[in-house]
Amino acid sequence: MTAIEIATATTPTASAPSSRRRGLLRQLIDSKKALAGLILLALFALLALLAPVLAPGDPSLINSTGSQAPSAAHWLGTTAKGQDVLALTLWGARSSLFVGFTVGLAATAIAILVGLASAYFGRIVDDALTLVTNIFLLLPGLPLLIILAAFLPPGTSTVILVLVVTGWAGSARVLRAQAKSIRGKDFVAAAVVTGERPLRIMFREILPNMASVVMTTLLGCVIFGIGAQAGLEFLGLGDSSVVSWGTNLYWASNDGALMTGTWWAFVPSGMCIALVAFALALVNYAVDEITNPRLRSRRARRALPERRA
Amino acid sequence: MRLILRNLGFYLLAFWASITLNFVLPRFMPGDPVSRMFAQAQGTMQPDQIAQLRKLFGLDHRPLWEQYLSYVKSVFTGDLGISITRFPTPVSDVIGQQIGWTLLLGGVALVIAAVLGNLLGIVAAWRRGGVLDSAFPPLLIFVGSFPYFWLAMGALYLFGVSLGWFPLRHAYDVGLTPGLNGEFVSNVATHLVLPALTIVLVSIGGWMLGMRNTMIATAAEDYITMAEAKGLSPSRIMFRYAARNALLPSVTNFGMALGFVVGGALLTEVVFAYPGIGYQLLMAVQGLDYPLMQGIFLTITAAVLLANFLVDLVYVRLDPRVRVR
Repeated sequence: MTAIEIATATTPTASAPSSRRRGLLRQLIDSKKALAGLILLALFALLALLAPVLAPGDPSLINSTGSQAPSAAHWLGTTAKGQDVLALTLWGARSSLFVGFTVGLAATAIAILVGLASAYFGRIVDDALTLVTNIFLLLPGLPLLIILAAFLPPGTSTVILVLVVTGWAGSARVLRAQAKSIRGKDFVAAAVVTGERPLRIMFREILPNMASVVMTTLLGCVIFGIGAQAGLEFLGLGDSSVVSWGTNLYWASNDGALMTGTWWAFVPSGMCIALVAFALALVNYAVDEITNPRLRSRRARRALPERRA
Repeated sequence: MRLILRNLGFYLLAFWASITLNFVLPRFMPGDPVSRMFAQAQGTMQPDQIAQLRKLFGLDHRPLWEQYLSYVKSVFTGDLGISITRFPTPVSDVIGQQIGWTLLLGGVALVIAAVLGNLLGIVAAWRRGGVLDSAFPPLLIFVGSFPYFWLAMGALYLFGVSLGWFPLRHAYDVGLTPGLNGEFVSNVATHLVLPALTIVLVSIGGWMLGMRNTMIATAAEDYITMAEAKGLSPSRIMFRYAARNALLPSVTNFGMALGFVVGGALLTEVVFAYPGIGYQLLMAVQGLDYPLMQGIFLTITAAVLLANFLVDLVYVRLDPRVRVR
């Protein structure tokens, strides 16, 4: 599963090469919040990778009587159908993390392209791209997701496609604003005058200078991807034969786990989604704090030097 | 004035985009979803009704531009076709019957969350480093990490199934006749508590953090220092000077949220089987009822756009800087 490797590799590589960004990475490891988040993420990635070892065989195999409470044989109990909840949860991590990080990376890539093109070319290109972005931002997300998913044939690739289509616009707006402010700096003007090609200016001059913003939007997109995938699948709009945290919850709800009181059928998957999202949010919060001194909590209110323009 | 006209044009463009999306989806999607729908509907419908639906979905071999024009025309005249799952009720009637419940649920939850969240944000920013400021944000981020529908399921399980404090589903007990009497209203209220509570729980954090951050910026302004120098009471400075000015972004958010009330309560309605249009949208998806799906999508979009436009109008009134620009 290459995507899981992407998943584990994303956070470090997003802040790799240039010296300025290596500083960001070190600061991240210094920050307790970020470290906790990174460890939690690594743990989940490891569990997802090791699922075939930890819970060998098909996780949706029915191998026990249904609705059993957690016991020594089934640590997290069994579903109403008699599947092992622990195995379902471990295998579910694979699909959920894969979709989450794929959606995050793809949506951020589109947002980077749109944001950079808007900022670099300006004028008509900017107007047109901003218009499209704003329309996507304004259209109600969840209903749009549902209606797209309802018309497309069900499957994991549909889920990814639909989430990317609905998820890129917010990031694009943020990245455009940031790129625009960098576009106005002298060194970009110098690069234009020396005759560098537009693509080179966009990706080698402007992009590296907004790495931290790219990273926060990427993490935000991954959080969106994991949560929205679970939501879609919970509504029965994913591929219900795939094992993921979302489909686990869908089946738990469909089999009446709530009404029969088998809480172990729906608690683990929900907790996993929450923990991954929380870990990503922690890293995000830390990146924010490192790059935006105003949000640092130790500073007293009176000592705030900056002011909103 | 120019700003309002410009935005109005933009909203119309956005609405046109969603109509076009609605037009394009059933015609160009792979897997021929419309045929699947007809296969299912064959038994229950009269031939001439099927012919009418075929026309709606462009299966009548007219040129594309002609279909497009007639589709746009029928949308603007309020003709959204006939629902298949609730045959033979027109789509607009189905939406009309259920939008009230959505507005009630979403409206109540929105007002509570916005008022409470803003108050908490004001206090958190004013007492920086206090309990409210340091303990709440991480807690809210943690609560916000849970998938919304999962929290709703948990609340339903805990308070509905285990403790039995609140009813499990629907907007009122079966057998009650709707009317403006005490029994019915209190019944509706008890059914409203859990769904509204879960929405408030997940949305209050956003209001609080937003307000807190604007308040922090506002508190650094000169006129706050001036007010303190004059010796005004802290509560007066906090509410009349700082909060009043920090409230502007919240007005925008309130308007946006107002629009999303219509679509945003979707997952809540599904979990609690609350009979609003979000729940109906899912029913339509499950029943392959494409006309109803599209009608609901257009209604929600229209609500969002309308709310945004209203905010623009209010904003011009509230913020003199917008008028000058």
